Amino acid sequence: MAGPDATREAPIGRRVFLGMVGLGGVGVLFGARIQDRLERVVQGVAGRLGLESLAPSGRFRIYTVTGSLPQRSEAEYRLWVGGHVDRQLELTAADLKSLPVTRLTRDFQCVTGWRVRDVKWKGVRLAELLDRAGVRVGAGGVRFYSFDGRYTESLTLDQARREDVIVAWEMLGRPITTAHGGPVRLYVAPMYGYKSCKWLERVEVTEGPPAPGFWEERGYDVDAWIGRSNGRDDPPV
Amino acid sequence: MTTLPSEVASDSRSSPPRWLLRFDRCERAVHWCTAALVLVLMVTAAVLYIGELSVVVGRRQVVRRVHVVAGLLLPVPVVLGLAGRWRRGLVADIRAFNRWDGHDRRWLRSRGRDPAVRVGKFNAGQKLNAAFVAGAGVVMLGTGSIMHWFSPFPVSWRTGATFVHDWTALALTLVVLGHVWMALSDSDAFRGMVSGRVPASWARVRRPRWYEEMTGRPAAGDQPGPET
Repeated sequence: MAGPDATREAPIGRRVFLGMVGLGGVGVLFGARIQDRLERVVQGVAGRLGLESLAPSGRFRIYTVTGSLPQRSEAEYRLWVGGHVDRQLELTAADLKSLPVTRLTRDFQCVTGWRVRDVKWKGVRLAELLDRAGVRVGAGGVRFYSFDGRYTESLTLDQARREDVIVAWEMLGRPITTAHGGPVRLYVAPMYGYKSCKWLERVEVTEGPPAPGFWEERGYDVDAWIGRSNGRDDPPV
Repeated sequence: MTTLPSEVASDSRSSPPRWLLRFDRCERAVHWCTAALVLVLMVTAAVLYIGELSVVVGRRQVVRRVHVVAGLLLPVPVVLGLAGRWRRGLVADIRAFNRWDGHDRRWLRSRGRDPAVRVGKFNAGQKLNAAFVAGAGVVMLGTGSIMHWFSPFPVSWRTGATFVHDWTALALTLVVLGHVWMALSDSDAFRGMVSGRVPASWARVRRPRWYEEMTGRPAAGDQPGPET
């Protein structure tokens, strides 16, 4: 057997390098399509292996804007509804659960691109709470405050009254965990995830149009319709 | 750590050298600065990416800012390393990474077991690692930039960039862990990147063709250095 030929040289390193860069470019152009297919496969496999939290697709990413997760037990939880209304409300978790229940199953779409399919929600329509408080004439918007002390969001009154906007206490078929915004959070189904204020503490009916929320002051669209805002074209949920 | 003799082989016809200079000061500086940035990138990436960690650390905007700044700094050590007269060793090594000959192909095919293969300064695995990491680094920088400054790009590019960034990160993490594992399991090779020098006895066995280039002596028949 002849020994290795030291004279037959080729710039393989450069080829690997350029190949990687080319592959990356192709991935940028067609990744959206590949991802869509891959997501279904990976989600299934990772789910079976119990590795959902590491698979690079189809899972929730937990975003917080403060240093630590705000903790509040269901027992000490209170939701305040007030502002430009006839009667202020202060509701316990039990009060909320005694109201007419709405169930939704929708994809959860984040403005940064990830999407979790078929998330189950259970809560009460925000419109129900607004009706009970009695919105006064001249009201234009609803502002939401998180008990993380920092996060805020808002909707127009018309948006807030939609059937797919709920104050939720169950998500993914169980009580909402602290990481997901429990014990009670907002869920605005037709809009990007940043509208669905976690750790919901205060709902304030305002007079004028809604003021921009936390991310909206940092460049996100106030009207956050999925597929029709923030320069994105995701399919609606 | 043992004290290192100051004599480093360049040309010695009398007695075999005990130490060979493997990486000069510039190369080591480039390596360790890059390594520090990669560490910052991996830690911040983990915090941004793994839900359980995001929950513990929080402060998403701060972590994201650190990640982006470290990412933008990533090419700086290499660029500075190539920017002056100190570039010689670095350029020579990049050239060595690029060029593959029959030995490298055989090395790869036999996964390093073929006794006829005589390795030069780097084996084919190291060459492959270098080319992959360089390519992946460019890809990460490009896709990360699209993710951060997304407005001029079509949305599908943004999704595609996120897709590529995530999967390349996963591959890179495995490769970097492999790299660290290999380095820690060969203390002589590791010493080469810490102090710059490796025992000539190591080079004679593990990198015979490089040993010959450096010493002008045959690796096979040469007397081992006093250390072995």
